[in-house]
Amino acid sequence: MNEGGPRGKGRVVGLEGSHAVSEAVKMANTDVIAAYPITPQTHIVERLAEMVADGELDAEFICVESEHSAMSACIGASAAGARTFTCTSAQGLELMHEVLYVASGMRFPVVMVVMNRALSAPLSIWCDHSDAMAVRDVSWIQMFAENNQEAFDLTVCAFRIAENRNVLFPAMIHMDGFYLSHVIEDLVIPDEKEVRDFIPDYEYPFPLDPERPVSMGCFAPPYIYPEIKKAQEVAFERSKTEVKSVLHEFGEVFGRSYELIESYRMDDASIAMLMMGSISETAMLAVDELRDDGCDVGLLRIRLWRPFPFEELRDAVRDIDTLIVVDRCVSYGMGGPVCAEIKSALYDEPRRPKIVSFIAGIGGRDVTVDHFKQMFMQGIERAKSEKTKTDEFVMFGVRE
Amino acid sequence: MKIDIKWHEVEIGAIVKEPGSASEYKTGDWRSEVPVRDNEKCIKCGICYIFCPEGCIYRTEDGYFDANLYYCKGCGICAYECPRGVIRMIEEKKE
Repeated sequence: MNEGGPRGKGRVVGLEGSHAVSEAVKMANTDVIAAYPITPQTHIVERLAEMVADGELDAEFICVESEHSAMSACIGASAAGARTFTCTSAQGLELMHEVLYVASGMRFPVVMVVMNRALSAPLSIWCDHSDAMAVRDVSWIQMFAENNQEAFDLTVCAFRIAENRNVLFPAMIHMDGFYLSHVIEDLVIPDEKEVRDFIPDYEYPFPLDPERPVSMGCFAPPYIYPEIKKAQEVAFERSKTEVKSVLHEFGEVFGRSYELIESYRMDDASIAMLMMGSISETAMLAVDELRDDGCDVGLLRIRLWRPFPFEELRDAVRDIDTLIVVDRCVSYGMGGPVCAEIKSALYDEPRRPKIVSFIAGIGGRDVTVDHFKQMFMQGIERAKSEKTKTDEFVMFGVRE
Repeated sequence: MKIDIKWHEVEIGAIVKEPGSASEYKTGDWRSEVPVRDNEKCIKCGICYIFCPEGCIYRTEDGYFDANLYYCKGCGICAYECPRGVIRMIEEKKE
């Protein structure tokens, strides 16, 4: 996790999260951008539109009439071999939902930033992960950023990962709406040339080309569909290796290294809290305070959400007794979706921690250091109690 | 048509590199009724040819029309549109 100030090679600037992403997309020399504005994502495309209009970025900027069209335009451009980018939030992500499967099924390396926001109804423009959780199964590589530096870095890495010949899957970077999108942080922006060297021009293996005609997006009768889907699943799972190596190579070049699962003060910890996104920076402060009080607590944060980092998760929780999972979304009739996946990933382990599930920070409700300390305390108590059933979860901070 | 492709032989994104391969796909076995013609009534107007959504009706050497049963899905539009009642749809018995 990013302790202390900005580090790595480059110049330190103050940028809001949205503009950090726009900068990364510009440095990646993106060819086609197609997006529709939606809060809290809008600043990304606003800035990109400016860059294209001012001649800072030589790209086609397609003003589309919906997110469904945005994703469709990206797919078309990607089929022609272009490097493409789009971004959205909440309802916009849902509107492009069916097209997300097309991008991954056709193996187009579209890069998208999702500025996480709660889904309606009731209407909320504020942050939670309900939009992200609705697209778990779309076969896109998905990573969650913790801060603006990471959002910049992961966006750069996303192009490199997605376009890798052994990957060729679209990639989604999740960032917390407002907490990151509208917050100005100091971060290190590397030299543009170095970013371009890190993401060289790529060639799609079979682009649309009248000289070499191919059929894309054909229909698949039952006698071939399962073979195609197995090929997709195997390739998707294998892309985890490439994600790992790109993140490590990024570290070598730019001085900031990222793991698939990040841990904080986990040495000799017997109790851990696990989450995704920006709230972990607050949770770290709670861990520090509890450590000062002599509690052996630590923190885990999932960065790579898809393909799911099974081995890394199992290694991370091997020595702990209690795992408290904090979800920022409700899977109705099920509980915390991240927690459910964690439990399923650990089911076959001979030694498993006791798992306690909290849902907090939905619809933009702030989660403070004190809240995290309370969740730690309640979680420890619940883990000890014989009465706690495995399917129970607590919606934290809801007025009774 | 090769239908024994293994999963590891599938092209990236299930791209088909051979153009026009859709013409190999037999849509004729979707059919439950087959068009049968009484050419004595036929005035060779070609309405069946124009309306066939599959484009599988062709002109025969003697100027009449017939359906290519490799592709004919048995939709019956030709029979419905024919102004002279040349075409009847007959249930096709499969062995």
